[in-house]
Amino acid sequence: MLRTTSLQFAYGKAASIQFPDIDAPQGSTLLLQGNSGSGKSTLLALACGLLSASGGIIEVAGQDLSALQGAARDAWRGRTVGFVPQRLHLTQSLTVQGNLGLVFYAAGLPFDEGKTVLALQALGIADLAQRKPSQLSGGQAQRVALARAVLLVPKMILADEPTASLDDEAASQAIELLMRSAKACGAALVVASHDARVLLHLQRLKEPVQVILLNKNARSPAQNMCSML
Amino acid sequence: MNLIVSTFLYAARMLLARPGAALLNVLLLALGVASITVLLLVSAQMQRSFERDLAGVDVVVGAKGSPLQMILAGVLHVDVPVGNIPLEAAQELAKDPRVKQLIPLSLGDSFQGFRIVGSTVAYPALYAAKLANGQIWALPMQAVAGADVASLLPINATFAGSHGLGGGGEVHGKAQYVVVGHLQRCGCVLDRLILTSTESVWQVHEKEIALDEADKKALQEEREITFGLIQYASPLAAVSFPRFVNQSTELQAAAPAIEITRLFRMLGVGIEVLRAFAAVLLLVSALSLWMALTNALRERRSDLAMLRMLGASPAKIVGLLGVETLLLALAGWAIGIMLGHGLTSLIGYLLEQQRSLALTGWLWLPEELWLLGGILLLSVCAAAWPLRQAYRLDVLQVLKSDY
Repeated sequence: MLRTTSLQFAYGKAASIQFPDIDAPQGSTLLLQGNSGSGKSTLLALACGLLSASGGIIEVAGQDLSALQGAARDAWRGRTVGFVPQRLHLTQSLTVQGNLGLVFYAAGLPFDEGKTVLALQALGIADLAQRKPSQLSGGQAQRVALARAVLLVPKMILADEPTASLDDEAASQAIELLMRSAKACGAALVVASHDARVLLHLQRLKEPVQVILLNKNARSPAQNMCSML
Repeated sequence: MNLIVSTFLYAARMLLARPGAALLNVLLLALGVASITVLLLVSAQMQRSFERDLAGVDVVVGAKGSPLQMILAGVLHVDVPVGNIPLEAAQELAKDPRVKQLIPLSLGDSFQGFRIVGSTVAYPALYAAKLANGQIWALPMQAVAGADVASLLPINATFAGSHGLGGGGEVHGKAQYVVVGHLQRCGCVLDRLILTSTESVWQVHEKEIALDEADKKALQEEREITFGLIQYASPLAAVSFPRFVNQSTELQAAAPAIEITRLFRMLGVGIEVLRAFAAVLLLVSALSLWMALTNALRERRSDLAMLRMLGASPAKIVGLLGVETLLLALAGWAIGIMLGHGLTSLIGYLLEQQRSLALTGWLWLPEELWLLGGILLLSVCAAAWPLRQAYRLDVLQVLKSDY
């Protein structure tokens, strides 16, 4: 779950960005829409604790992020947030299993092969464990990235532009997988995208979706359209 | 503990994932370390063996010529002597109250490149040499072989010396030596000498050139030795004795300590150049390490950013890269040390072929551990800037960028 109240962020001395208030409960889906420069990335970075808010409150899974600092915040992110980057960013020199192993290493946990097998099985790619990323198709690589995000059963899954450079069919599948994986973890799903198809695909899955429209010039949360579908 | 192990494991995996770059770095480091190791080993052993060979010899008297050459020819046995001195003159000097002992040395012949040295038993006693088997010579034409020569000359073997010290000279076929003993290895110059009595050397040459008995008598009166190794009765003699010899006799005196210091001063320039060369090699390897780390950082920015995203703290990222650097440095040091010792062994083997200085690669010096410290320090310096950048990685920016 993600909750923000009069959240602000300032890059240096530049005018600060104000974000609309968000309240996405456990197991819900949130779509952050907006063009590049609208603050989508900044909000994502705030939500996973890579940036600190200059004002207001941001809470993830009941944790006030301003209360966490440094390494503790990094450790919290490892346990709580599953991130699916747009470019997947699998480590090319490691196998699929090695890539999943990085999750344990980063979080400071002992490697648990059983968990990696389960995560891969849930996404139907258990037989790819020993392949290198270069030997995967685009769809397979996306599943691996998703398996990596859900490996430690996060409270919130962040997906950044999950449909970029995918055709309609693949985009639809990608969204469905994200939704299914989030449901399986009982996690809130936060999708940041400027792709109009994302909303269509989410609507087709007949799940309630909260849409936050981020506008570059917006200074007042009231101007943002929030709708429950 | 678990974190340290897994960090080392991951660091090793990351290095092995790009073996070419890792190998290049290790090799560059290893070359620098190897050249320094060779320098250390060679200079340490040269100094040690010189010190051992020169111990107990306060001054050398011989024919007038280069004093350095006298030391090299008469004590270290790596150069040829200028000429001989009359036995009588040496005996005169031995009577001087400042002289405790004068050991005569007669050079001139060799056997397969090993010098045959005519002397008294005081000569092996100078180096506290012990017999490995057999006995010391009692009669002329009996010889005792040093440790390096022993395999060529078994006990009771007979051999003839050839004229000259380089080998390949005319063979003195008429005078055959017989081997009566072998010396234990002493790590000194005796190892590569064949010792015999002074009379033997005289006999060989007198037999060769004497026309008849009367001629032989005449030759006996003009007997010569090549050097006299002198031990002083008191250290005070060092002040007056060499000057006395140089000014009031036909002979020349050379003090080993002074000459060797002079030699090292001359060689010093060469050693400094080699040292500078090794330092440049190390500097180049540090630069390449720095470049490699900077490159690695650029290539792996997204991997490292992803690690951060997955919950690793900046310190953990820096630790991972630091351990990679450490592994490279350790591997470079280890390979460099092995290479250095191997090269020194090879040089030692080549020198042994020339019957010159004894040099081994199987000597371990404390400086090599210092070298490890130096290498680690160097890699830390090379890694400092790239690690700083890794620490400040802008995670989301990197993850959103094109590569």
